[in-house]
Amino acid sequence: MDILLQQVLNGLTLGGTYSLVALGLTLVYGILHVPNFAHGAFYMVGAFASHQLMVDWGLNYWVAMLGAACLVALLAALSERLVFHPLRNASGLHPMIAAIGLMLFLEAGAQALWGADFRRMSTPYGGVVDVFGATAPVQRLLIIGGAFTLMLALHLFLTRTISGMTIMATAQSREGASLMGIDATRVGMLTFAISGILAAMAATLYAPIGLVFPSMGNLMITKAFVIIILGGMGSVPGAIVGGLIIGFAEAFSAFYVSTDYKDIVAFALLVVILSLRPQGLFTRGGH
Amino acid sequence: MQMLEGRLGWLLLFSVGLLFPLATGNDYHLTVMTTAYIYAIAAIGLNLITGYTGQFNLAHAGFMAIGAYTVGILTVDHQVPFWIAFALAGPVTAAFGIPLGWVSLRLKGHYFSIFTLCVGYILFLVIEKWEGLTHGTVGLIGIPAPSPMGPMTFDSPLSLYYLVFAFLCVGIWVMRRIVNSLLGRTFMAIRNGDELAEALGIRLARDKLLAFLISVLYAGWAGALYAGFIRFLGPGLADTHHTFDMTMYMLVGGLGTLLGPLFGSLIVSWITQYMQPLQEYRFVVFGPILILLVIFVPNGIVGSYLARQARKSSLTASRAVAGNSKSNEKREASDAQD
Repeated sequence: MDILLQQVLNGLTLGGTYSLVALGLTLVYGILHVPNFAHGAFYMVGAFASHQLMVDWGLNYWVAMLGAACLVALLAALSERLVFHPLRNASGLHPMIAAIGLMLFLEAGAQALWGADFRRMSTPYGGVVDVFGATAPVQRLLIIGGAFTLMLALHLFLTRTISGMTIMATAQSREGASLMGIDATRVGMLTFAISGILAAMAATLYAPIGLVFPSMGNLMITKAFVIIILGGMGSVPGAIVGGLIIGFAEAFSAFYVSTDYKDIVAFALLVVILSLRPQGLFTRGGH
Repeated sequence: MQMLEGRLGWLLLFSVGLLFPLATGNDYHLTVMTTAYIYAIAAIGLNLITGYTGQFNLAHAGFMAIGAYTVGILTVDHQVPFWIAFALAGPVTAAFGIPLGWVSLRLKGHYFSIFTLCVGYILFLVIEKWEGLTHGTVGLIGIPAPSPMGPMTFDSPLSLYYLVFAFLCVGIWVMRRIVNSLLGRTFMAIRNGDELAEALGIRLARDKLLAFLISVLYAGWAGALYAGFIRFLGPGLADTHHTFDMTMYMLVGGLGTLLGPLFGSLIVSWITQYMQPLQEYRFVVFGPILILLVIFVPNGIVGSYLARQARKSSLTASRAVAGNSKSNEKREASDAQD
């Protein structure tokens, strides 16, 4: 029973982080219909930024998280303005290639600034608590709590504020939203900024139990893509459920199968599911 | 300029490639050029599925690695002669490509790209983790050079250059035959619109899979050449970064043009060589270049050139039409006077 609970905790930790990253990706896809390959790089920059703020400059963990979120939000909004906005009318291939260019730039830039070494970011919350017989490091509980708080905050923002509702409206219909007087450019930048904030916060939450290095975003972005394909691209609840599915699948297979192949599980799951249901798990109609 | 597009242009290009080793006495330059050719072959293949058929395949480097590892594993671990292993690289790549292509081509547009990105990642992880077969991160060391064919031996950089050059020529010739045939037009019809193509009686699933298959065959044999030329293989070859490199070659030269991938591969490879100290950080420069290209020169070098030609010829044509109608008016006017 303890072991099962332990895996559930691991699954929630992984799933929460994945969901946050996937949420940003799915929001951007909903607005611009561009698979943002650079989103993993945003995640990586967030991790490095908070590492810089916390380890090198000695700031508080939460201040570092806030700083990283602001930086990545700025970076994301800027890249929408400079890269994706000029390409909004281009064919499907070109924005994808531009996103890849942005990703490669950010990765090489991080490597030039911070080096290719693996870094550790120790947490100020190193303790362990006992949860119904299973031992849980405080940082893991923090990740779970943080992730679900952020999801709730995002939900409230999207449904209860005017800015949030402009995003939902633009996702439903770009023309319709424009006719209602919604500034599509502003919504685009806002969406990117939010996706950057989510990525940076996920990175800062997860960094203490993982490692920080320039290509850390690659695996994350591919998994996030798996998640939003499973959940339906552009769907907010789909991203959360998909993230949890992948998180649990990885946690359980790492324990019951092999840690070596745990990264493959997400992709194998995708291949199997899409072979049987090309339209994804939670969507109706084909793509 | 007109003459450069005909047979003469091909002859010129061919002789430049043939005479290149005479212009440089340097093995290093030959090696750079040969590597660029190998990537050009793979990029030409990628261009068929991406540039001509409009399906952006992000697993291409994985298929190149399959071809390369086929040669590597067979020659090193099973002492199969090089050319037999080389010949098998194609069928083996196809054996992976057909089922993977069949599954992934059921998805359209972005979904296809993301799915193939995942497929590429799986291929990379399998190569890295399956140590019993691929030697894992240690890699395959000591792949033999291509064995002699009759009087020809392939142990010097010069002979290897000509060997790869020969394959490149064959590759371009075959691709030219394909894209100028009805099949090539079929692929372009699919790129221009799935539904319209289907309405015209094109069997989408079959023809997309065919484009995918030909494309991965190019990748497989390019990988096999890579194995014989570099003679060391690591899982890094399957890294998506190589697919991104090839995408850049394609884009610089021109998506959906015959010579685009070749020119792109040559130009980018040489620029990379001149930025040697930046090797690790080359994408600090190339990343923004890629973005600027996509925004401002989306058709690449060859594509922009062809577009200019087309504009010019349509301009002269419209002028000729305008001239004709003017003389017609004059004639009518003079008729009226009579």
